[in-house]
Amino acid sequence: MNTLLHMLSWLFAIILAPLLSGVINRTKALYGGRKGQPLFQAYYDLFKLLNKGAVYSQTTSWIFRAAPIISLSVVLTALLLIPIMGYRSVLSFRGDFIFLAYILGLMRFVTVLAALDTGSAFEGMGASREMQFSLLAEPIFLICLAVLAAGTGQLDLSGMIQSLWSASSPQTNAATFLLTGALIIVLLTENARIPVDDPATHLELTMIHEVMILDHGGIDLAFIEYASALKLWLFSALSIGIALPLRTGNPYMDFIIGIGGIFLTAVIIGIIESTMARLRLLRLPQMMIAAAALSLTAFIWVT
Amino acid sequence: MNHTLWAEIFVLGVVLTNFRLLASSRLLVLINTMQIQAISLSAIPIALAPSALPFRLVLLAMITLAVKGWILPRLLKRAVQKTNIQREIEPFVRYEFSILLGIILLGLCFYISHRFKTDANLTSHFLLPSALFSLMTGLLIIVSRRKALTQVIGYLTMENGVYLFGAALAIEEPLLVEMGVLLDVFVAVFIMGITIYQINSEFDHIDTDRLSELKD
Repeated sequence: MNTLLHMLSWLFAIILAPLLSGVINRTKALYGGRKGQPLFQAYYDLFKLLNKGAVYSQTTSWIFRAAPIISLSVVLTALLLIPIMGYRSVLSFRGDFIFLAYILGLMRFVTVLAALDTGSAFEGMGASREMQFSLLAEPIFLICLAVLAAGTGQLDLSGMIQSLWSASSPQTNAATFLLTGALIIVLLTENARIPVDDPATHLELTMIHEVMILDHGGIDLAFIEYASALKLWLFSALSIGIALPLRTGNPYMDFIIGIGGIFLTAVIIGIIESTMARLRLLRLPQMMIAAAALSLTAFIWVT
Repeated sequence: MNHTLWAEIFVLGVVLTNFRLLASSRLLVLINTMQIQAISLSAIPIALAPSALPFRLVLLAMITLAVKGWILPRLLKRAVQKTNIQREIEPFVRYEFSILLGIILLGLCFYISHRFKTDANLTSHFLLPSALFSLMTGLLIIVSRRKALTQVIGYLTMENGVYLFGAALAIEEPLLVEMGVLLDVFVAVFIMGITIYQINSEFDHIDTDRLSELKD
């Protein structure tokens, strides 16, 4: 297959990513017995924001303006590395999983810098919380990827996910169950979903991600919203590639199943959000430590 | 899904329930976790057995399941209802820290069992460390918790570790010995349940560390 066909998975991500939040909201609405907002609401919001101009506070510097652009370009780059099930990614090289983990770290870094740049105490608090939880989530994510590398003997993400779930290594398969659990917690934390952060609230003292982007508006906000939609797509694609024990061998079949799986992940996130309450901030480290226990057990299991 | 994968999953189930026992403060959750652990525990020898199942093994698994998965949890739940104590509030070791200790212990168990030179042929690579880990978890729960009921659960976890140890080394114990061990555990938990009830009605609490300062 040539590179152009590989770009297909990247294009799908760019076009369909905002739809995920629509699916999540629809699932939550169904659970609550409501009709819910339109499926394509995220697209309407993005277009509305893109047609607006941006207002910048005088205390902010160039960092504040650069951050949305950097974070969007970082996610777009990171998406090049993500395979969908057995469908190989556009870019893959030895050790690309470490590149993935750190390029996502760069995205968080610029978001936090922009939040601090506004000089608002409120955003500073959000930045501090974001760092506190990513401090716990990032090692877990890296350990998960290390388990994959150790379990499959491959050093690139596409190869790892392709060779998972082969019948020859029951111990890697058993460890993959654990990884799925840990990755779900990482996914919810990284994307600011409900047990960690409530994406529906604004101006509430408990929120983490939303508080950091309060001062962004117009095009910048559109970039940030789009980048977080793409990040959700990235994590869903990665988790479903690891969790689903299905390998048809035909990359196109895998691709179709994988896209279906990503939307299934959105439904699962919706169900988690409707059945769980947001955890107290003090209880969150306990959940993260549980995820760390899962991933470290998996690591001990495969080595 | 072949046989070995099932065995792996059940062993993994035991390890995960151990972590849950270390992390949870509610007594009813602890008892339910014990129940899940007992179910995976009794399934392990069957999953490891060759395709022709010996009758002895099935009988043993059924009895283990009945005693550890049904009778003992019922006894413990009765004790919880009678003493009307829902959760362990202030353990000696905090829950986050006990999970971390658990991870360290798990690594240690794997290290120790790699150094083990046993003559018996190991049926599965992970059974021995998991058995050791259950023992260690039970010990950790017994020393780090205040409530007598939680300590009983620690004792049961240790016993589960011993059972798994037998399964790991595939020791052909006579049925009578296994029955004897099960009966011992049953009687022990039975008596502990009654004792806890008596302690509670006498002193209005079941904190073992406060029992040392008894007055007449």
